[in-house]
Amino acid sequence: MVNTKVTLCGVELDNPIIPASGTFGYGQEFAALYDLNCLGSFSFKGTTLEPRFGNPTPRIAESEGGMLNAVGLQNPGVDAVIERELPRLRQVFHKPVMANISGFSVAEYAEVARRLEDQPGIGWLEVNISCPNVHGGGMSFGADPAMAAQVTSAVRRVTKRPILMKLSPNVTDIVSIARACQEAGADGISLINTLLAMRIDLKRRRPVLANVTGGLSGPAIKPVAVRMIYQVYEAVSIPIVGMGGVQNAEDVLELMLAGATAVEVGAANLTDPFASKKIVEELPRVMERYGVENLTELIGGAH
Amino acid sequence: MEQGIFTVLENRPLARQVYRMVLSGPTGAIQNPGQFVNIRLTGRFLRRPISVCDWDGGTLTLIYKVVGQGTADMAALAPGRTLDLLTGLGNGFTMEKSGERPLLIGGGVGTPPLYGLCRRLTAAGKDCAVILGFQNQADVFYVEEFRALGARVILMTDDGTAGQKGLVTQAMAGLEDTYFYACGPLPMLRAVDRTARGEGQFSFEERMGCGFGACMGCTCETKTGHKRLCKEGPVLERGEILW
Repeated sequence: MVNTKVTLCGVELDNPIIPASGTFGYGQEFAALYDLNCLGSFSFKGTTLEPRFGNPTPRIAESEGGMLNAVGLQNPGVDAVIERELPRLRQVFHKPVMANISGFSVAEYAEVARRLEDQPGIGWLEVNISCPNVHGGGMSFGADPAMAAQVTSAVRRVTKRPILMKLSPNVTDIVSIARACQEAGADGISLINTLLAMRIDLKRRRPVLANVTGGLSGPAIKPVAVRMIYQVYEAVSIPIVGMGGVQNAEDVLELMLAGATAVEVGAANLTDPFASKKIVEELPRVMERYGVENLTELIGGAH
Repeated sequence: MEQGIFTVLENRPLARQVYRMVLSGPTGAIQNPGQFVNIRLTGRFLRRPISVCDWDGGTLTLIYKVVGQGTADMAALAPGRTLDLLTGLGNGFTMEKSGERPLLIGGGVGTPPLYGLCRRLTAAGKDCAVILGFQNQADVFYVEEFRALGARVILMTDDGTAGQKGLVTQAMAGLEDTYFYACGPLPMLRAVDRTARGEGQFSFEERMGCGFGACMGCTCETKTGHKRLCKEGPVLERGEILW
């Protein structure tokens, strides 16, 4: 009997599988399909202070081995999430959820975190400083160590919960940003967000996405994720939540060997709504195949 | 929504670049005409959303146009092949609103979902008028199938090579309807909105990620709030649409 439990910033997970923010809404679409409590946790839709419509459509493009999205943080705003989504979520999900938050100023990040602070059922804050699809926020905070540290310490001041800083791969030196987050009080690092990308429609001779650029996700980016998790693991002492193109339990093992304590599943949920559940179910079999008794023994095992 | 494995029974050309695929499999999740399925294709990352033309207890009919690599893959599928489908997606048309003399307006490959709607409306004793618009004779399909349901069909082509020459909106002029249902390219839908006098529903198309409401890839603004076209659409009421 293998042990799939891991501990992320002091919170124990039955397994390390966490559907990634932006691919799982606030859980309701998937709760209609299966019992969400089989998951380790899940990271809810990136939530901002004000409601956001997001970008114009088309917001989605396909590519070899993946997809581009430029949704632009569509969400109902933190107050509506507290009023409507969290109560509905608590009815179907009985484990700590990961609250993914975003902002357009340092103060806004802190304010969203502050409003969520007394809400029950939240295990971690995942602070998105890496959205490539919004202007004047998102990725601009994650592209510079000093800015990343500012957001981290501003959120740190208003929450007792573990903070995971979600980093962008669209930077020259992700290690320096991860270090800056750790020094500013982050409890963990989430990586990677999507890679800035673009497609052009040959018939129209125009960008496919109305936003021109979007974020690439899917199996095409997995090797980039593995490399960055590996590098960041060498540089920080706080746990890493790894993500990027995870499709199956083998991918979970690979990201954990690179240094991830838990693993998020993103685009796979969109092409197969049962993907996260299937990965949870196949994980023990795949662990046995590779002679893994305790999943925690894998973390950083490739170093 | 349901995930099911379907077997291709038939897959043959119907008109220029247009194919009809009949599949067998679990259709229990399909509730309304105007809903769609999302098809997984080997080697393509995203599924392909295709509107349901018609269905019964164990078979599903899709009519699709080859517009890119995914639909070209579909056209090459031989009978006997199996496909992973998500079914019962989207809201579909509201049949209860039809009144006694509904008008169905289809353009090009927007026509297929109107067939399943027409079959159910005529079965319920409604007197359906159908306007079908195509570019050219080579694009025309399903005129006789609509007629066989007992509907009054007006065929329009842009160049007059089949039916009457002109746009679907020209055919709308002489018709009195109790409610309308329209599906076709966006310029046609806009023209129908400018021409129509009464209430009706429009079915829209958009690039989708998941097709079941998770990714927010296909959201549009309406007078009644943000709507995900894959979930609260693809069918919208005339009165809520922001053109």
